Amino acid sequence: MADPIHQFEIKNIVTLGHIGGQEIAFTNSALYMLIAVGVIALLMLGATASRSLVPGRLQSIAELSYEFVADTLRSSAGNEGMKFFPLVFTLFMFILTVNMIGLIPGTFTVTSHIIVTAMLALLVFFTVIFYGIYKNGFKFLKLFVPSGIPIYILPLIVFIEVLSFLSRPISHSVRLFANMLAGHITLKVFAGFVTMLGGMGFLGWLGATLPLGLTVGLTALEFLVAFLQAYVFTILTCIYLNDALHPGH
Amino acid sequence: MATTTHTEVPGGGKPQFPPFNQQTFASQLLWLVIAFVLLYLLMARIALPRVGRIIASRSEQIAGHLGEAQKLKESTDTAIATYEKKLADARNNAQMLAGQTRDKLMAEAEGRRKTLEGELHQKLEAAEKTIAATKSAAMANVHAIAKDAAAAIVERLTGSPAPEKDIADAVADVLKR
Repeated sequence: MADPIHQFEIKNIVTLGHIGGQEIAFTNSALYMLIAVGVIALLMLGATASRSLVPGRLQSIAELSYEFVADTLRSSAGNEGMKFFPLVFTLFMFILTVNMIGLIPGTFTVTSHIIVTAMLALLVFFTVIFYGIYKNGFKFLKLFVPSGIPIYILPLIVFIEVLSFLSRPISHSVRLFANMLAGHITLKVFAGFVTMLGGMGFLGWLGATLPLGLTVGLTALEFLVAFLQAYVFTILTCIYLNDALHPGH
Repeated sequence: MATTTHTEVPGGGKPQFPPFNQQTFASQLLWLVIAFVLLYLLMARIALPRVGRIIASRSEQIAGHLGEAQKLKESTDTAIATYEKKLADARNNAQMLAGQTRDKLMAEAEGRRKTLEGELHQKLEAAEKTIAATKSAAMANVHAIAKDAAAAIVERLTGSPAPEKDIADAVADVLKR
C-alpha cells in the first residue's frame, strides 16, 4: 500500500546553496507556490486585460473574487479595513489556489506544511500588532481590558485575553495546516484501499467499490474544505484586523 | 552540491514526518516570501485597482443609464400629460363651439320661421280680405243680375214689367235660402 505521508515530502529540484548550515533549494513546494502565483496573476491580470464592460467568464470570476473578499473584509472590519484589502485578497487567493491545486492528483499541497501556514498566520499577527500600536498607540492595550468588568475579576480577564491573543497565530495556522494534511492523508488512505483491493481478483474488485465511492465523496468534501479553510483563514484575518482598527470591545 | 530527491533526517534513521522536517523550513520560507511578495505586488499595484476601476465604471455607467432612463420617462410622462390635457381642451372647445353654433343656427332658423310665418299670415289675411271683398262684390253683382233676369223673365212671361220692389224682395228671398 502506498505511503500516505509520501505526498508531503519536500523534494529539491535545484539546490541553490547553504546559508548558516541551512540548505536553500528550489523545491517542489516552491514550484507550486509560483504556479499558484502564475494562476492567480493569469486570472486577475489576464482575464481583466480587456476591461470589458460586460465581463466574460474569467473576468466574472476575477470580479466575483474581488467583491467576495471586499464584502467579507468590509462586513467585519468596516470601511477603514479596506486599506488592508490587498493583503487580505492576496492571502485568500493564495491559500485558495494552493489548496485547489493540491487537490489535483499527483500535485503538492503547499498549505500542508506548518511552516507555510505559520508564516502566513504570523504575518497577520504582526500586522495586527504593528498597525494596532501605530494607529491607536497606548490605547491598543484596551484590547485586553474589556469595559464593564468588575475590578476584582479584571486581572483574570486580562490574563485570559492576553493568552487568547497570543494563541491566535497558533490556532490560525494549525487549523489550515491540519485540515489540509488530514484531508490529503484520508484521501490517500482510501485511494490506497482501492488499488490494494483491486489487486486481489474479482472479490477484491467488488470490495474496492466501497472505498472508491468514498474517495469520490471525500474528493468533493475536500474541495469544500479547500475553499472553506481559505475562507476561514480570511475571515479570521478580517476579525483580527478589526481588533487593530477598533481595539475597544 | 548533491541534488537530493528525498529529504531525510541527518544521521540516517527513518524518514521524519515531512511537515516537521526543519531542514526544509529555510527553503520554504524563502520561496514563500518571494511568491507572496510577488503576488502581493501584482495584486496591490495592478490587478486590484484595475478590477476596482472596472466595477466602479460599470456601476457608474449603469447608474447613468438608469438616471437617463428616468429622465426620459419623466419627459415622456409630461408629454403624455400635456397631450391629454390638450386633447381634452380641444374636445371641450369643439363641443362648446358645436353647441354655440347649433344654438345660433337654431335661433336664426326660428327667427326666420317666425318672420316667414308672420308674412304668410299677413298675406293670408290680405288674400282672405280680397276674397271676401271679391265675394261680396260678386254677390252684389249676382243680386243685380238676378233682379235684371227676374225682371226680364217676368216681363216676358207676363208681358208687363213687375214692380221693382217685388222683384228685389223675391230675389232676396231666394238668395237667402
